Amino acid sequence: MKKFRNILLQLLGPFLSLVLAFIVCGAFILVVGKDPFAVYGRFFSETLGNPYGVGQILFKATPLMFTGLSAAIAFRAGLFNIGAEGQLYIGSFVTAWIGFTFTSLPAIVLLPLCVFGGMLGGAVWGAIPGVLKAKFGAHEVINTIMMNFIAAALISYLVNNIFAVPATVHTPSISDKAELMRLDQLSAIFKGSPVNFSLVIALLACAFLYYFLWKTRQGYEIRAVGLSITAASYGGIDVSRRTIMAMTMAGAFAGLVGSNFVLGYKHYFELGFSEGVGFIGIAAALLGRNHPIGIIVASLFFGTLEYGSLTINTIVPKELVNILQAIIILFVIVLTKVFDRWIKVMNRPVETIHV
Amino acid sequence: MFDSLLSFAFVAQTLRISVPYALPALGATFSERGGVVNIALEGILLIGAFATTVGTYYSHDPIIGILCGVAAGMLTALLHSVTSVTFKTDQIVSGIAINLLALGITKFSCQLIFSSSSNSARIPGIEEWGVLSSIPILNPFIVGTAILALLSHFVLYKTRFGLRLRAVGEHPAAVETLGLSVSGLRYAGVLISGALAGLGGSWLALDQHSFTDGISAGRGFIALAAMIIGKWKPIGAVGACLLFGFAESLTIQLQGSFAATQFVQMIPYVLTMVVLAGFIGKSTPPAADGIPFENG
Repeated sequence: MKKFRNILLQLLGPFLSLVLAFIVCGAFILVVGKDPFAVYGRFFSETLGNPYGVGQILFKATPLMFTGLSAAIAFRAGLFNIGAEGQLYIGSFVTAWIGFTFTSLPAIVLLPLCVFGGMLGGAVWGAIPGVLKAKFGAHEVINTIMMNFIAAALISYLVNNIFAVPATVHTPSISDKAELMRLDQLSAIFKGSPVNFSLVIALLACAFLYYFLWKTRQGYEIRAVGLSITAASYGGIDVSRRTIMAMTMAGAFAGLVGSNFVLGYKHYFELGFSEGVGFIGIAAALLGRNHPIGIIVASLFFGTLEYGSLTINTIVPKELVNILQAIIILFVIVLTKVFDRWIKVMNRPVETIHV
Repeated sequence: MFDSLLSFAFVAQTLRISVPYALPALGATFSERGGVVNIALEGILLIGAFATTVGTYYSHDPIIGILCGVAAGMLTALLHSVTSVTFKTDQIVSGIAINLLALGITKFSCQLIFSSSSNSARIPGIEEWGVLSSIPILNPFIVGTAILALLSHFVLYKTRFGLRLRAVGEHPAAVETLGLSVSGLRYAGVLISGALAGLGGSWLALDQHSFTDGISAGRGFIALAAMIIGKWKPIGAVGACLLFGFAESLTIQLQGSFAATQFVQMIPYVLTMVVLAGFIGKSTPPAADGIPFENG
């Protein structure tokens, strides 16, 4: 009974945040002289109301699952990965590079190689701040931010100065053998929407993280480090090693983003393609309480917002959705604190209250 | 090439470029010395620049614009203090959310006011102030930044408020024992950072005579990096900003003559990581930096 009540209270925070954020944004819409019901009505009918919209949501949700997992594994280890943006940038570029360079390989080799290369690129970019944290105690927040900028400059050099197709900011197209199938080729339901097999990779990655964190020793050790470094190291856990491992895995998850955009959609790497999914992934992890299932739900929700912003652009500027996202995050962090405090107070044994 | 590096114009350019790094970096020292990590500086720069543009556009007076920029910066900082000081939420997440909010609000409002989400109408700049701004080095913003740097040093190290603010970042419980308000001091630190970053935004808008989307271009983050390289000290932070300004002027000078300006762009970031790792002197944050204070 008590456990049930606690879970309910934990879910109440995010739910209430969404409601409040929609109300605050509704006020915004009113201020600019538009009808909030018209905006929200259009928003939901164009996204959830038809199969094409649902396909678009799934397409937008896929990269958020990867970056959400990336933030979550780091959070579980007590680390903050703001570097998903840079990691996915490097990873996606490597994915594309393999795809347009090793074109003579058969599909069965080339496609997995592209996916794996993306993971590897992201993993290296995540491991660097991990090593700096573990060996020198350098704060991973600042280092991951710096790594984002370094990634942006490096990839800008590689694309603009070496690989760009003339007069564009993208690389040549990958071999068609490396392309991931779109789901609308399987079923007419998603007709025309870009959702592709990367979604399956994302769901597998979610399942993997669940298995890893709760069913393996390394996963347990990472969670132990996240809960208490002192307790973990007293229990014989190599904290440095688990720190590096968590950041490397965080990078690898982020590096999978290229499978959605490069392999499944555009078939080339384009500068600035990611539009901040690395940062929204942090919000998805937070809203999903760093649990794979929560992340799937939160990614679908943020995916709906991302695609929905394009559908309301004719009534209000689409940036309304950025405001909505930000307000949701602010409410979630504040209300989570408030509700967690309530849970703590309510669960306190009766006797101690009078001490 | 080296002649051009030593020229008067090059020095002036370096100083001009350093201003929008130095102002938020000075702000960051106040916020972080008080124990609040403020990665919302990036968003505050954006909002400051936008508010300055709107204020100047309607009043045709850059002074009014600057006041709007500073006020908007403080208002945004207030939001960060409410979440991170009063509600004790994670300061990094709050900062990320505020940056996202700033991006959304500025583009949204820009579309409504100027019918374009990417740039505003042209506004008058500080050139209208006449003789003061005709001499490049004596530009009021450059002089102002230098004065503010000295003033920040004075406030942090020579006043009672500064001592208390630094104490709250090192050992908040001790400050509370003295009967002082931890929250009050932290609010003050964050609000000062908002005012300074807002002023940095004003300079961006007035220098460019308009607001363009993403005008802050990561300067808030670089300001944080500069503060770290400057070891959480105002003068050190400004020194690091001058170094970054120099690197950026260099990339502009080298444009065309050297293909890979991107590698020069990386200098501040790589340098920050090297310093953080302790390879060039140790840079240690205040002990309670980033940790919400739980009393009782």
